[in-house]
Amino acid sequence: MTPIAFAFAHSLPEILLAAGALVLLMLGVFRGGDGRDWIISELAIALLGAAFLLLFFEIKGSAVVWDGAFIDDPFGRFMKGLVLIGAIVSLILSLDFMRREGIDLFEFPVLVVIAALGMLMLVSAQNLIALYLGLELMSLALYVMAAFHRGNVRASEAGLKYFALGALSSGMLLYGASLLYGFTGTVSFAGIAQAFQAKPSLGLVFGIVFMLAGLSFKMSVVPFHMWTPDVYEGAPTPVTAFFASAAKMAAVAITVRLVMTAFPGAAPQWRQIVVFTAILSMAIGAFAAIGQTNIKRLMAYSSIGHMGFALVGLASGTETGVQGVMIYMAIYLVMTLGTFAAILSMRITGTYVENIGDLAGLARTNGPMAFFLGAMMLSLAGIPPLAGFFAKWYVFNAAIQAGLYPLAVIGVLASAVACFYYLRIVKIMYFDEAAPKFETASPAVTAVLAVSSLLTVFFALWPGPLVSAAGAAAKSLF
Amino acid sequence: MEIALSHYLTVAAALFTIGIAGIILNRKNIIVILMSVELILLAVNVNLVAFSSYLGDLTGQVFSLFILTVAAAEAAIGLAILVTYFRNRGSIAVDDVNMMKG
Repeated sequence: MTPIAFAFAHSLPEILLAAGALVLLMLGVFRGGDGRDWIISELAIALLGAAFLLLFFEIKGSAVVWDGAFIDDPFGRFMKGLVLIGAIVSLILSLDFMRREGIDLFEFPVLVVIAALGMLMLVSAQNLIALYLGLELMSLALYVMAAFHRGNVRASEAGLKYFALGALSSGMLLYGASLLYGFTGTVSFAGIAQAFQAKPSLGLVFGIVFMLAGLSFKMSVVPFHMWTPDVYEGAPTPVTAFFASAAKMAAVAITVRLVMTAFPGAAPQWRQIVVFTAILSMAIGAFAAIGQTNIKRLMAYSSIGHMGFALVGLASGTETGVQGVMIYMAIYLVMTLGTFAAILSMRITGTYVENIGDLAGLARTNGPMAFFLGAMMLSLAGIPPLAGFFAKWYVFNAAIQAGLYPLAVIGVLASAVACFYYLRIVKIMYFDEAAPKFETASPAVTAVLAVSSLLTVFFALWPGPLVSAAGAAAKSLF
Repeated sequence: MEIALSHYLTVAAALFTIGIAGIILNRKNIIVILMSVELILLAVNVNLVAFSSYLGDLTGQVFSLFILTVAAAEAAIGLAILVTYFRNRGSIAVDDVNMMKG
């Protein structure tokens, strides 16, 4: 195989998405008319699905291509699979919502494809330049998507906040990248790892701190979480689902890859940062969510807490820890998509509602939805035998094996506090006076809710494939 | 006096700090945030070019060209979002960006 064919073979999903996004954009533009969606969303779903299938038809094993900028390995393929599932399901959820809100423009699916392309490049980045370009391709598309409902003041405020803080975070990330480049003389992760074999100098430590700060913004980890509640609340709900699912997967994936492949020689330094942010995130995620009345805002704090739990696995810095993070992200993806499908089913007399109080007595007005959403809440809380319990079990187990007992204890306590607000939703749905009945949700939204809920309920029966896939993927980083 | 690497790094660190302070302390106008972001990116570029020349390695300058390109796209998107915000709200004062709290 010629080198160029080899490189193409290892980056087929990305090339497909890049070409496909341009074709979809052309289709939308040259069709003219009112700029409505037409069938662009469906085509985008097919395109993302094709990219997902290509992940499994690619040549197996690991390869570094495109002049050392891009790596194709089992870890990357696992996380890319999660990213693409998040993007596909968010698009499916958006179909009905966008039409009802009158913002079903053809640009939206194109932006989702471009953001997904950025995420795939980010997951596969193997040097600092590729990392930055992937991150920006993802972020620039996400800024626009947050403000996509351009007639809505809350959506444009969300877009503005996300843009201002996102630009600040990429500035910090870049400053860290410039320090790493200057003190190691290379931008490749492997080269940086070599330079770390000696005791890291002060400049390198600053580089690590700034890089991790920039990535913490994207993961919405405390102390860089301020944007999350506002953006989650203001952005259109399917966009929020996309932020909470696909974008989180990509940000966590690159953080794990960077820390594990570029900074293994500086484990004491980055572990301090990761432990600190994990503890704060778990605490803020547990306590700040208690007083929330808007369910999207509640999900924002919930996602901050869950990122903290995922970082517990990363803090252990072992192969088991990385495997735990990957299992955690996979299960979190299913839970968060299901919850947002439930939020998108909350519609009274033609308008979408977001207050937790609107769920009152749901068990009497819509029993199946109450059951599905209830299962999702219990799973997010980490109650056995639902999937969320196993997610937490794997990361805490890794932390205990690595001797991080205080971190594991704090994590368990935080998840006990977090139980309160998840259980409160279950209580409101099952024991409160019935609120007005929701309108029937679209079949696609109901299907997403039912499937993800059943996956979380029955995960315990057949966890093998996910656990072994995550194990094989984690191995490729070491 | 010869201008050494440390001088460039000091200037870049100062620019970076001013940019961050501009975002955090600014209570007036959102355009100032955009300007501060540019300042941060330029600080990074100074860093990269200084390191590149010091190390005799071109990668840093290539990196800074990429940053310039992306910064232009970022500014365009930032201004576009700002315009939609102004149309909805009729103001671009930072203190008015407070529809959502909690």
